[in-house]
Amino acid sequence: MTTDSGAAQAPTGPVRVFLVDDHGLFRAGVRAELESLAQDQVQVVGEAGSVGEAVAGIGHHQPDVVLLDVHMPDGGGAEVLRRVRPTHPSVVFLALSVSDAAEDVIAVIRAGARGYVTKTISSQELVKAVRRVSEGDAVFSPRLAGFVLDAFSDRPGAAPISDPELDLLTPRERDVLRLLARGYAYKEIASELFISVKTVETHVSSVLRKTQLSNRYELSRWATDRRLV
Amino acid sequence: MVSGVASGVAQHLGVEVLWVRVAFAALAGLGGAGMLAYGLLWVFARQEPEDANAAPLPARERQQALGLAAVGIGLFAAVTALSGFAGGWYVVPLVTGLGGAALVWREADEVQRRRWRDGARTGVSEVVGGVTRTMVVRVVAGVVLLCGGMTLFLVQNVTLDQLPGVLLAVAATLIGVAVITIPWWLRLIRELDEQRRASVRTREREEIAAHLHDSVLQTLALIQKQAENPREVVRLARGQERQLRSWLYGPSGYGGGDRPVTDPSDPAHGEAPSATMSAAVARACGEVEDTFAVAVQHVVVGDCQLDEPLTALVQAAREAIVNSAKHSGEGEVSVYVEVEPEEVTVFVRDRGKGFDPAQVSADRHGLADSIHGRMERNGGRVTLRTAPGEGAEVQLSMPRRKESRT
Repeated sequence: MTTDSGAAQAPTGPVRVFLVDDHGLFRAGVRAELESLAQDQVQVVGEAGSVGEAVAGIGHHQPDVVLLDVHMPDGGGAEVLRRVRPTHPSVVFLALSVSDAAEDVIAVIRAGARGYVTKTISSQELVKAVRRVSEGDAVFSPRLAGFVLDAFSDRPGAAPISDPELDLLTPRERDVLRLLARGYAYKEIASELFISVKTVETHVSSVLRKTQLSNRYELSRWATDRRLV
Repeated sequence: MVSGVASGVAQHLGVEVLWVRVAFAALAGLGGAGMLAYGLLWVFARQEPEDANAAPLPARERQQALGLAAVGIGLFAAVTALSGFAGGWYVVPLVTGLGGAALVWREADEVQRRRWRDGARTGVSEVVGGVTRTMVVRVVAGVVLLCGGMTLFLVQNVTLDQLPGVLLAVAATLIGVAVITIPWWLRLIRELDEQRRASVRTREREEIAAHLHDSVLQTLALIQKQAENPREVVRLARGQERQLRSWLYGPSGYGGGDRPVTDPSDPAHGEAPSATMSAAVARACGEVEDTFAVAVQHVVVGDCQLDEPLTALVQAAREAIVNSAKHSGEGEVSVYVEVEPEEVTVFVRDRGKGFDPAQVSADRHGLADSIHGRMERNGGRVTLRTAPGEGAEVQLSMPRRKESRT
């Protein structure tokens, strides 16, 4: 496969994607799907089967988006994020995993991934998600939206809010998340709430920032379960 | 060389075995510390199961080890003699005694190795029984040596101190017996422990294997048979995935089984994990998935205990999911449940062909009885949003009973 041809592309060219997954079969499947379906939109520039390979490969290829498996030996996706993000802040990560357990989802999001989708996602949806994160937006699966709503909910006896800016969702963000959890696409959310798609994207990005930075007990607990924070 | 302690230590530390032996020899010079360390390591260090194809010790290395051992013992004798420790005299019975003990202990060691080779039989009979000629000879030689050493020691003592001679002799004999049998007891205890652990491991492995066989392998076989029928394959795969997940992540479904329940002070929570809203929704979704070969994506926010109205809510929701699965023509249904302090809301949505609610014939019971009837009897509301070509969404709200509110 080509490796460096996209280095000098225009910003509208295909998104350069790097695959990280310890299952070779899965990598091959995703690569074949992306290439047959969206050659003009997505270009797979390289792949890696371990944390070490991924760190080296991402440094070498400088991709736009890294599709990152959550569960791998030697620390998994979170470890890749920890080692690559300080040196390559422009690379965007989209987590892709079979597991949708809260601690996995929240842990990689808090380690810096801009989105989370499960491996059962359809190829078209995956291409959309890749494009979306590459443009700086966030991608929330319905279940991730549910977790975040759950984590930010006002339980009786919850820990006191230390930073309202980060620890509370606005009513609008809550509405957007609810619709995401109900399986609505961004366009459907926009028309449901009478706002523009761009505004929906802004709300979701803001929720992502809060999910990554907030000190809400539930979020930090899920993250510390995986020894992240 | 005697029992493999040196090579074991060398392997553990990752250094040349020669250096370990030199270290033991040098330590032996320091008042016998090397010998003591060797003996202690022999008794207490865990023995590795013997590798059947392990290369026999090369003759050169054996000679080297023997030489070093001799040097060590010599050093020990020399140092003790030089330091004027009992004029070197008592070294002779001591070394004789130690030699005897070493022979006997080595025998116990061999018994264990043979057990490793033969596989596990009952511990006691193996350690006590299975006597061979060389073994008897070695044990007898060891006992004789040990007794010889002790007698020598006693003879000296008795000439020095006549009175408590008899007592001393009895005590010495007892000590001798204890010294001879200690390694057996130690090994016996450790082997029983080892066996217990091995059987626990085996049980765990069998349990996992049994589960994988009953579920995953069966499903894979079915999938191979149904390869021409993609819908069926998807159904089997989804069902198996759900089952495996719940097996891996505990009884209450997603989230690893320890998700925070809305009200931690609720006395009933934790006692019946299957009677929670999220578990009931997950079960209902799973049943529909299995029956109608569609993917039901469900998200639950918050959780609470099921009571009668909420059970009705789950049943109504199940009916709505079934309707979507049967009539929408789409392969996916989204279910969203939100538990709030005052009420529980369920959304069931598909992107299918939709319908005109006014044209649903009156003899269709699904929507009328199963959903509207159930909800209204328990004080809930039903909102339906659909139009031909635009999918359908059913919203079910059920107020929560006062006593179960959080």
